[in-house]
Amino acid sequence: MTSTNYAYLSNYFIYSSMAVYTIAFFAHAVEVAFSLRNVGEDTKFDFNRTKKSGRIGSAMMILATLLLFAGVIARGLSAHRVPWGNMYEFSITGALAFSAAYLFALWKFKVRWLGLPVVIAVLLTLGTAITILYRPSAPLVPALKSTWLAIHVSAAIVSGGVFLLANCVAATYLYLDNMERKGPRKPWATRLPSLDVLDQLSYRLVAFVFPLWTFAVIAGAIWAESAWGRYWGWDPKETWAFITWVAYAAYLHARVTIGWRGRRAAWLCLFAGSTFLFNYVYVNIWGSGRHTYSGL
Amino acid sequence: MSTAPELDASGTLRWMWRQLTSMRTALLLLLLLGFASVPGSIFPQRSQNPMKVREYFTANPALSQWMDRLRLFDVYSSPWFSAIYLLLFISLIGCVLPRTLEHFKAARAQPPLTPRFLDRMDSFTEVDVNQKLALDLAEKWLRKKRFRIRREENSISAEKGFSRESGNLLFHLSLILILVAVAVGGLFGMKGEAILNVGERFINAPTSYDNLSFGKFQKENTLTPFSLTVKKFKATYNVQTNAPSDYLLNVSTENPVGNKSVDSAIRVNSPLTFGSTKIYLQANGYSPVVTVRDKSGVITFKGPVIFLPQDGNLTSTGAIKLPDMNPQIGFVGSFVPTYSRSSTRGAFSAFPEALDPRLLLSAWSGNLGLDNGEPQSVYRLDTSRMTKLGLKQLKIGESYNFGEGSITFDGYRSWVNLQIVDDPGKMYALVGAILAILGLLLSLFTRQRRIWVKVDGAVTLAGLAKNGLPGLAEEINLLKSELEKGRNA
Repeated sequence: MTSTNYAYLSNYFIYSSMAVYTIAFFAHAVEVAFSLRNVGEDTKFDFNRTKKSGRIGSAMMILATLLLFAGVIARGLSAHRVPWGNMYEFSITGALAFSAAYLFALWKFKVRWLGLPVVIAVLLTLGTAITILYRPSAPLVPALKSTWLAIHVSAAIVSGGVFLLANCVAATYLYLDNMERKGPRKPWATRLPSLDVLDQLSYRLVAFVFPLWTFAVIAGAIWAESAWGRYWGWDPKETWAFITWVAYAAYLHARVTIGWRGRRAAWLCLFAGSTFLFNYVYVNIWGSGRHTYSGL
Repeated sequence: MSTAPELDASGTLRWMWRQLTSMRTALLLLLLLGFASVPGSIFPQRSQNPMKVREYFTANPALSQWMDRLRLFDVYSSPWFSAIYLLLFISLIGCVLPRTLEHFKAARAQPPLTPRFLDRMDSFTEVDVNQKLALDLAEKWLRKKRFRIRREENSISAEKGFSRESGNLLFHLSLILILVAVAVGGLFGMKGEAILNVGERFINAPTSYDNLSFGKFQKENTLTPFSLTVKKFKATYNVQTNAPSDYLLNVSTENPVGNKSVDSAIRVNSPLTFGSTKIYLQANGYSPVVTVRDKSGVITFKGPVIFLPQDGNLTSTGAIKLPDMNPQIGFVGSFVPTYSRSSTRGAFSAFPEALDPRLLLSAWSGNLGLDNGEPQSVYRLDTSRMTKLGLKQLKIGESYNFGEGSITFDGYRSWVNLQIVDDPGKMYALVGAILAILGLLLSLFTRQRRIWVKVDGAVTLAGLAKNGLPGLAEEINLLKSELEKGRNA
C-alpha cells in the first residue's frame, strides 16, 4: 500500500472509531437515564435494570479503542514513522491513551461509572483533532528524526492520559463531597463509589504514573542534549513540564508525608493536572520556543 | 511562635535550621519554585531569544525598564530564583542526610521487639498448630520470603520492605546530585556559536566565535584544539509542505590542528564529538556572493555575505558595507532563493531551496557610522546619515551600476550555524536522573510491613503495613496456611 492509501485508511479508522464511541456514548447515557424508577414518592436509580446497556457501552468502548488504535498505527505507516509529528497526531494518540487508561481502570478497579465522562472527553478530543487540528500526513522535520521521539513522546502521552483520568476522579470526588455536605447523595449518584475509594483511586493513579512522567522529562532532556546541545534550557515546554512535575511531587508529598486527604488533596491533584493541560494546549498552539510542532 | 522562649543567637540559628529543614518548608519551597519559573515561560528570555527581548523593550520602553529591574528577562539566573532553589537545596540536604544516617543505623539494628498485645495490630489471627514447631516453621517461611527476622524465646518479629525508605533516600540524594551536576556544568563549561560559509575553515580559538561564554572557573586556553572545514551542506525539503526533511553537513576535521584530517557528517540529532566537546548543527541560511567595483573598475570587495533567514522559505535579509570606498557605500539586501512576487508582499521566496535565486538591493552612499566606535549589527545598515542611490533586482551573473561603482551578483553559498558546547557536568546529571527513577520506583512500589508470631498459650499472628497499603492480610493468611500445613505433615 502507498502512503496516501494508509493515510486514507487511517482517516476511515478514526471516523469509524468516532461512530462507535458515539454508540458507546448513547449506551452509557441510556444506562444512566433509564435506570430511573419511581418508588412511591421517591425517584430511585436502579442500575441493575440497565446493566445490559452498561455492558454494551463497555463493549463499544473496547471496539472503538481498537479502531482508534488501528487509526493511529495506519497514520504512522502512512508517514513511515511514529505518529507523533504534529498536534493532530498528538491528539489522536492522547485520546487513545486516555481511552486505554480507562479500560485498564475498568478491568482493575471496576469503574464503569466513569464511562460517560470518558467517552464525552474522547469524542470532544477526536472531534477537535479531526476538524481544527487535522494536517495531511507528512515526513518529520529533521529535529524530530530520532529514536527518542518514540520513547519521549509515548511516555509523555501515556502519563498525560493517566493524569487526566486522575483529574476526572478528583473532580468527581469534589462534586460528590459537595453533594454529601448538603444531604444524602442524589439517587443517580448512589451508584458511584464512596468518597474514600475515589480519594484512594486518584492517589494510586498518580503514584503509578509519576515515575513514568519523570522518565518522560528525563528522556526529553537526553534527546534535547543530542538535538539542541543542552539537556535543559527552560524552553516554555520544558518549564511547564517541570512545573507539572513539581506540582505532582508536591501532591505525593502532601499525601504521604503530611497526610493530606480528601478535598485539599483533590484540589491539589486538579491543579497539577491543569498545569499539564495548559502545557499541551497553550504552549503547543500559542507558545514560542523549540517545542512548536503543532503544525498550526 | 506563641510561647517561644527567649533564644540566644545559637538557639535562634538552631530554630531557623529546624524550620528550614522541616518537611512543610521543603514542600512550600518546591511549590514556590514551580510558581517562580512561570514568568520565564511568558516573557521573552535573554538566554533563549535576545532579539525578542529587544523587541519587547522597543514596544514597552517604560514597563520593560521596571521588568528588567525585577530580572524578568533573566528569570532563571535571577537572584530571587536562585534564592529559592538554593534554599530548597539546603533544605533537601538538611532533610535527607540525617535520615540517611538514621536509615543506615536502622538497617544494622534488629527489627523492634514483638508488641505485647498482638490483638491490637492488623490482621490478628490465631493458628491451631503445635506450639513447639510453630516458631521454626514461621521462621523458615519468613526467611524464604526474605524478611529480616528477630527471634526471641516466644516470638518472632519480622520486617520487610526496607527498600522503600532506601529508594526514597536514593531518589532525593540523586536530586542533589543533579543539582550539583547543573552547577558543575555552569561553572566549568563553555558554549559558543559560529556561522560558517561552505568552504570556510574554523579553528577552535576564542577569536573564531561569533559569541562565546565560559563558566566562572573555565579558562580560555582549555578549548579543544581542533579545526573544522565545512565541505558541503545539503538541505532537503518536502515539496508539498515546504518543511525541511533532512539536513546533512559534511566536514573535515583535524584534532589537534596539523593532524591527519578526518571526514565526518553532522546531522541535527547527531552532533560531532571531541572528548567532552560537542558540535551541533543549529541553523542554516544563504550568503549571496558579490563583487563590488569602484568607478575605475578596481575590485573593492569580493566574497560571500551572510544574510539572515526571515521565514520558513528562507527569504533572507542582510547588509553589505564598504567603508573603504569614497564616499562610503552600503547595500540593504534581500535574498530570495525561489523568486515569486505578489502585489501585497512584493518579492518573496516560494520555496526554501535555491531554485530561482534573486538578489534585491538598495544602494546607499554617505556615512556608514562605523567610525564612532559604537557596536553595530553586521546584518543591518544604519541609513540615518546616508542617501539612497537606487534599487535593483539581480539574477545570478547580472550587475548593477549604482553611479559610484558597480556590484555583481556572482552566486550564493550556504552557511551553517554551529553550536559548540562543553558541559562536563552532564554525565553526572544523567547518572543522577537514572538513579532518581530507580529510587522513585523502589519507594513507590515497595510495601513496608511487619509480621509478628507469638507463642503464648496459643499461636497468634498479626502485622502492620506502613501507610496502610493493601496486601498484608493475604500475606498473613499465606503464613497461616503454611503453619497449618506443617501441622499435618
